[in-house]
Amino acid sequence: MSVQTWTFIIVGITFALYIGIAIWARAGSTSEFYVAGGGVPPIANGMATAADWMSAASFISMAGLISFMGYDGGVFLMGWTGGYVLLALTLAPYLRKFGKFTVPDFIGDRYYSNVARTVAVICALIVSFTYVAGQMRGVGLVFSRFLEVDINTGVYIGMAIVFFYAVLGGMKGITYTQVAQYCVLIFAFMVPAIFISMNMTGNPIPQLGFIGTMTDGSNMALLDKLDQLHRDLGFAEYTSGTKSMIDVFAITFALMVGTAGLPHVIVRFFTVPDVKGARVSAGYALVFIAILYTTAPAIAAFARTNLIETVSNQPYADMPEWFSKWEQTGLIVFDDKNNDGTIQYVADAATNELKIDRDIMVLANPEIADLPAWVIALVAAGGLAAALSTAAGLLLVISTSIARDLIKMQIRPDISEKGELLSARIGAVFAVMVAGYFGIHPPGFVAAVVALAFGLAAASFFPAIILGIFDKRMNRQGAVSGMIVGITLMLFYMIKFKFDGFGGGTPEQWWFGISPEGFGTVAMFVNFIVSFAVSRMTTPPPQDVQDIVEDIRLPSGAGEAHVH
Amino acid sequence: MSNDNKAQKYWKENLVYLGILLAVWFLVSYVFGIFLVEPLNTVKIGGAKLGFWFAQQGSIYVFVILIFVYVSLMNKLDKKYGYDN
Repeated sequence: MSVQTWTFIIVGITFALYIGIAIWARAGSTSEFYVAGGGVPPIANGMATAADWMSAASFISMAGLISFMGYDGGVFLMGWTGGYVLLALTLAPYLRKFGKFTVPDFIGDRYYSNVARTVAVICALIVSFTYVAGQMRGVGLVFSRFLEVDINTGVYIGMAIVFFYAVLGGMKGITYTQVAQYCVLIFAFMVPAIFISMNMTGNPIPQLGFIGTMTDGSNMALLDKLDQLHRDLGFAEYTSGTKSMIDVFAITFALMVGTAGLPHVIVRFFTVPDVKGARVSAGYALVFIAILYTTAPAIAAFARTNLIETVSNQPYADMPEWFSKWEQTGLIVFDDKNNDGTIQYVADAATNELKIDRDIMVLANPEIADLPAWVIALVAAGGLAAALSTAAGLLLVISTSIARDLIKMQIRPDISEKGELLSARIGAVFAVMVAGYFGIHPPGFVAAVVALAFGLAAASFFPAIILGIFDKRMNRQGAVSGMIVGITLMLFYMIKFKFDGFGGGTPEQWWFGISPEGFGTVAMFVNFIVSFAVSRMTTPPPQDVQDIVEDIRLPSGAGEAHVH
Repeated sequence: MSNDNKAQKYWKENLVYLGILLAVWFLVSYVFGIFLVEPLNTVKIGGAKLGFWFAQQGSIYVFVILIFVYVSLMNKLDKKYGYDN
């Protein structure tokens, strides 16, 4: 059977499964819609969190990024997993004890202020929308390459599916669908990795193959071989990287703190039965994430070695079928500058003849390694599972923000539960439409903004939440001014150095040598300092708020997540 | 022991655990994976340089262990102070 037939079959089966689950687990109340009634078992919640968190970017792009960045790619690996440690130790148990539905809920109550709540809602919406646009684009990419339909048709199909189970199922439907999606995506990620690790190093476990020896007779360690290939072609050594140490530090830190501050990840910990559940659920989530995140660098190294050996100094006419298929999508470009009919793939831009888009590495990897057609189809289904699960989680945050944080808490506090549920569903419909629009008409800066969304989350939310738990003296004035200064500073730096506003700037002019991707770290520290200073100069928070803080520090007595 | 006093003691012990665990968190990622990556790269684990390995593999394994150590420490602490109902 052809790759395309296999793709139709496997994608069809997985989609039927997701819809079946959504119908079985649909939500009947606002509590089920927002937090699945707070009754999801921790291990299922861990899987759902992992699927929610691992987006099309983790599944499709990350290994490709690492394979082109080498050591520098470690910022994503450490950043996106280390953030979970922060989340598990400093946020999840306390927010669960607090027992409401959203991050703006916490900020609004803890800082006894609708201004703080509104600032938090706006930050949550900005972060979520940028993310979701990227997911829909990922869905379109997979559809267009593997089902050979138009990229826009792909986006419409994706919208219809997400619409169906997010609007109908709410958090309850999404959680159980995400459990299924995790299984699909991790299976799809691991199967080709195991095959390739076996082929190249003789070890079926990719994490061990990564530090193993090549079986091609050279008896060299895989990574030594890769370093040598890089040196021969004039690239920086794979295991050394090119970024400055301070920038690697800043980016890693911003990603960690940003992860811990992402609203669609935090809300996951409101869905477990108690504080104990929230703690252990973060642990399970990280196990499920770590399986993919420790495999990704192995895939990156395998793919890079395979790629160089397949194309470097080989005649163009001898290239395998996948090469021309990706050329048709414009993601591989060959330009025979010296007209010798062979491919020179080197670091020097003047003589390099091959351009490869980093996003295709994971999708093309099984083809490069010549794996069976069903494995290639499986990867397509995995990419879709990753994109859809994250998109659904984000849509829920958006609809909750609209229905609860804006309408119920601010505009019409007397709304009935039925009315609130209806407005949450309308909010989800609206969010799907907007996401689809951005999927079809992607602003050129989507990819850049997704990376920066972490910086924004780090600069705005994180200090306000941490201080809300660990500093009883923190008050409204401190938190609000911290959030505003933090996010403004981050936006300014981003616009100046990324989008050429405020007179623009070159990498040489970066403050402390830190790139816009890493600047969230600086903005976060500024936020902390401003919050602290302002709070100490103004009046302490009222007694009932101080009592809330005392209460969330103790684990016992966390009821079902509830409406106050 | 009054309730307030008990709560304060519980919170203090909690903060000590947090401090120790976050120190390990910082050590394996920022110190081993970034600041000391060059000197550690002179040592090898299998076919990989150690500093590079910490940045792309080792730190993640330690992160997973850290969370489960935290869970078990906190469960014990909850029991000790009677907050485990």
